[in-house]
Amino acid sequence: MSDVVLETRGLVKRFGALTATDDVSIDLRTGEIHAVIGPNGAGKSTLIQQICGGLVPDVGQVFLQGRDVSGLSTAARAQAGLGRTFQISALCMEDGVLENAVLGAIGAQGASWRCWRGALRTEGLVARAEAALARVGLADQREVRCANLSHGQRRQLEVAVALTLEPKAFVMDEPMAGLGAEGSKEMTAFLDGLRSEAPILLVEHDMDAVFALADRISVLVYGKIIATGTADEIRASAAVRDAYLGEEA
Amino acid sequence: MTTPLIIEQVLNGLQFGVMLFLMAAGLTLIFGVMGLINLAHGSLYMVGAFAAAAVAGATGSFFLGLIAALAAAAFAGAVVEMVVIRRLYAAAHLDQVLATFALILIFSEGTRWLYGSFPLFLDIPDSLSGPVTLPGGIQYPLYRLTLIGIGLAVAIGLWALIEKTRIGVQIRAGENDREMIAALGVNISKLYTLIFALGAALAGLAGALVGAIQSVQVGMGEPVLILAFVVIVIGGIGSIRGAFIGALLVGLTDTLGGVFLPELFKLFMETGAAQKSGSAIASMGIYILMGLVLIWRPTGLFGARA
Amino acid sequence: MRVDERMINTVVIAGLLALPLYALAVDEPFTITLVTRAVILALAAVGLNIVLGIGGMVSFGHAVFFGIGGYAMGILAYHAQTFTVLDLGLFTTGGTKMMPVIWLVAMVVSAVVALLIGVLSLRTSGVYFIMITLAFGQMFFYFAISWAQYGGEDGVSIYVRNSFPGLNTLVPIQFFGVCFVLLCVVLFLVAQLQASPFGLALNGTRQSEARAQAVGLNPMRLKLLAFVISGAVTGLAGALFADLNRFVSPSMFSWQLSGELIVLIIIGGVGRLIGPVIGASVFVTLEHFLGGLTDFWHVYLGVILLCIVLFGRGGIIGLLTGQEGAHV
Repeated sequence: MSDVVLETRGLVKRFGALTATDDVSIDLRTGEIHAVIGPNGAGKSTLIQQICGGLVPDVGQVFLQGRDVSGLSTAARAQAGLGRTFQISALCMEDGVLENAVLGAIGAQGASWRCWRGALRTEGLVARAEAALARVGLADQREVRCANLSHGQRRQLEVAVALTLEPKAFVMDEPMAGLGAEGSKEMTAFLDGLRSEAPILLVEHDMDAVFALADRISVLVYGKIIATGTADEIRASAAVRDAYLGEEA
Repeated sequence: MTTPLIIEQVLNGLQFGVMLFLMAAGLTLIFGVMGLINLAHGSLYMVGAFAAAAVAGATGSFFLGLIAALAAAAFAGAVVEMVVIRRLYAAAHLDQVLATFALILIFSEGTRWLYGSFPLFLDIPDSLSGPVTLPGGIQYPLYRLTLIGIGLAVAIGLWALIEKTRIGVQIRAGENDREMIAALGVNISKLYTLIFALGAALAGLAGALVGAIQSVQVGMGEPVLILAFVVIVIGGIGSIRGAFIGALLVGLTDTLGGVFLPELFKLFMETGAAQKSGSAIASMGIYILMGLVLIWRPTGLFGARA
Repeated sequence: MRVDERMINTVVIAGLLALPLYALAVDEPFTITLVTRAVILALAAVGLNIVLGIGGMVSFGHAVFFGIGGYAMGILAYHAQTFTVLDLGLFTTGGTKMMPVIWLVAMVVSAVVALLIGVLSLRTSGVYFIMITLAFGQMFFYFAISWAQYGGEDGVSIYVRNSFPGLNTLVPIQFFGVCFVLLCVVLFLVAQLQASPFGLALNGTRQSEARAQAVGLNPMRLKLLAFVISGAVTGLAGALFADLNRFVSPSMFSWQLSGELIVLIIIGGVGRLIGPVIGASVFVTLEHFLGGLTDFWHVYLGVILLCIVLFGRGGIIGLLTGQEGAHV
């Protein structure tokens, strides 16, 4: 398929006797949100790590826009167009909101070797950062120290930093985690609009958000993808019912 | 270069190695269980040496001196743990480095205050002085041979303690999961004080034993401390087995390098230059060893994979 | 109490300039030398602060660069004063007594060594990094001791202070001026560096390495460059220190010195531009006055240090501004 942006082929990762991901092949296509759900310990985090470069799979490859990125570092994958957000906010807590976004812009523009002009005085970097902040609704908070942000605002900033990269594909690890009902709704609306820019691989526990957003859903249980399909297909799937509700049959 | 000379140097290397192990074992245990980097470990070595010299000087008994060294170092370790170290377990490494650096200053200058800057002397007891004849007719100092024996005995004792006893089970559990063993009703802070005192006692023992062949003076602990760091970096931080292997490697490299490198260089250099460059390189030998190990395995020979 | 950090910077620099001028007026050359010592130690710690404060790397071996700077000065001046040839294999030189040349050599050699040490030790992190840098320091220390050609344990004495065009560096206030100007220039450059994209990226790497990687930054290379720049600055300070004492010995490589450089930063405030300068000033003052009262002043230094670590995060600047310093 020509419109596949991100793809994994046969990812296997074992930790001793435990097989964390077992032959996982999924793809992410232009314009879609593809959600990966599964019970705790199903291997979702391990999968994300392998896609983003934090873990090296024992077997299998990762392709971004048809290019094999399996051998690349996390940083190189980010430069190649993989934008990720973390489940537990990984932000520079001592810095301000703007600095955090500018950090993304520095990475995006490969500016980290400029040792002279102030980063916050460099028009190109600041403009890119401010644009991203404005989109998630943090423009007014730009001077606030990150440590003083509310939990919800940190989640927004996570997304804003990923936006500065203008990635080809997003990988989001529980962007709704810890958001209240209102925050979840706003984030859902935002991600809904974002998919036309770049497709999103979404790992999420908030099922309302998943079923509202996802074009396709994959269910990961004990390291294996047991089903992939639309929301309705997943609801109807016997295998998924088994996995979540126990073996009643 | 004769065979007896080589054997003698190997024994010297072993003796140096097992004494380093006594230091490194405590350091690596304290890091493995409590996650603490303790620069003041060298001060406990010094405390042991001074206690041994003072008591042996007063009573005339080397063995009372050794007991005093163990007791004084363990006591100093327990007090330091309860007053200062305890507050550092959760702190950043930088804070641990600085606080224990401060402890070195306090220990060193405090000792200088009490005993002055001149070295004390600790004599080898008569029963252990003089050479013994090894199989093959090699003459070797009995005292050094005894040190090797003590070092090996401590290594076996530590292994048995950790593998075979209740305390050992708690220590190993503490390395893996603090909350869990606290939940199981183990008194964590007592366990930590105990481990720290144990490490301190081993350092104190090493200080007293080595003090009898070198001089007992302020600042004697830090060079050994840094060598012990090299040992546990090579062996893998937190691993007793790594500390043992690392200590022997460092002891042998340092001793044999100093003797054989100049000889080796004489093969293709004139004598004076060979002596100079040989000993210069030998003085860096263990650090080169450390560099090589790290290129091969950044977490040491027996360290946990990152 | 909340004081603006820029205000502190201005006051400290002004004070550092005013004190020697006052000492000159009342003819107390020893005070000038004391302040010069503080300025040079400050410069060394400013170098260390780049890796420690901005980059979060606890280098316990920065005395390596201080010593290399010292020996660069010692060796070049030794050959110049004895009219002997220094054979470097590729070329020979008669040494030099010119400060700018010595500084350049000190910085370049320090930078090259920092590159080598950095490549090796940055493969590791945390406690391993601390211990490895400490061990490299010892390696240079023992090498210097066994380096018989340059005095071994006794080091090298230089009889006449090296020269700077247009100045008489033997006059304390003139040598102070040289050191002070260098410190100001370096502080200005470090301030630029800290605010630059590189500085922001390095600072971000310290706070969250995962974040830095996720936006496409390479933490290893950022840290390596910081380490090299830092080594060069501390090397420059080493050359000045040797010139101040007209003497260089293996003690410039000692691990105590590495520890003291960290202490200077902690006293002043980690990651603050002027933190090392405050730290060095306080340290030299304590050393002078406490050292005059008792031979055992290190005991008091130890107690003060313990209190700062246990109770006073952020050092003196943190105390004044009400903000904690960088977390390392």
